[in-house]
Amino acid sequence: MTESAQEPDVDRGNWTLTLRRFLERRLPLVHLLPDRQPYFVGSWVYVFGVVAIAALLWIVATGIVLVFFGPQWWHVSNIGHFVNALHFWSVQIFFVFMVLHLWGQYFAASWRDGRAPTWLIGVVIFGVSVVATFTGYVAQQNFDAQWIAINAKDAMNAVGVGAFFNVLNFGQMYGLHILFFPIAVGTLVAVHVVLVRVRGVVKPIDPPGAQATEPKSPTSEPQASQGPVA
Amino acid sequence: MDAPATYLSWGFILISIPNLLMIIGMIVLFILALVAPFPHETDEKGAKGRRDD
Repeated sequence: MTESAQEPDVDRGNWTLTLRRFLERRLPLVHLLPDRQPYFVGSWVYVFGVVAIAALLWIVATGIVLVFFGPQWWHVSNIGHFVNALHFWSVQIFFVFMVLHLWGQYFAASWRDGRAPTWLIGVVIFGVSVVATFTGYVAQQNFDAQWIAINAKDAMNAVGVGAFFNVLNFGQMYGLHILFFPIAVGTLVAVHVVLVRVRGVVKPIDPPGAQATEPKSPTSEPQASQGPVA
Repeated sequence: MDAPATYLSWGFILISIPNLLMIIGMIVLFILALVAPFPHETDEKGAKGRRDD
């Protein structure tokens, strides 16, 4: 008998109790931190998402260093150039592996069996990351940034967002880049990963031997199935 | 580095060589990930506390 089952249902309005029971039911620790994975996760395709997260951690770490030392440091000093380059190339790796992860999940139709929210949040992460990177390009404090901003202002005005998203305003772009977008992308990635753990990794569309061992019926596959372990 | 990239044009398609190389590299990496063998766990430590589902 679990702890929550022993507790009397004395207060339905108790938010803490309701939240704890919801988390115990939907996200037990064994799902949040699994030590075994389904056999079909044994493929390099499943490494793409992890590499994207690793690149994101490098982006945040190098970004924190850049914030502390400032534009003059990252444009003039050798170590500043190096950290700036690490930040830039981490972004390139983040996007390359995010797109490879997208391809892998697209061809696996990974929105199946109640995983549509996970897929949709992934799509939002991609879109928000593009804008986050754009604010980084216009916040470089060099001629390249000015050229990008001068051209981009017309696009922003054309779609009607120029009044509150002013690409020529360094303070606004820099503030968005170092505060709003890291929080937004980080939070969305955390929710994305938690949803993957809640639902488990999607089963292959046509796993070998599925017809012989798993007769298909509408009720044979639970929504949160994690699949057989390796 | 400061020189503009060379572009390839084919009908309505216009793409810089660096972008084309990135796309080709990503496709090659994706295919390799599908066909390359993945190392499997062989020790018994991972079996402890295994999930029942």
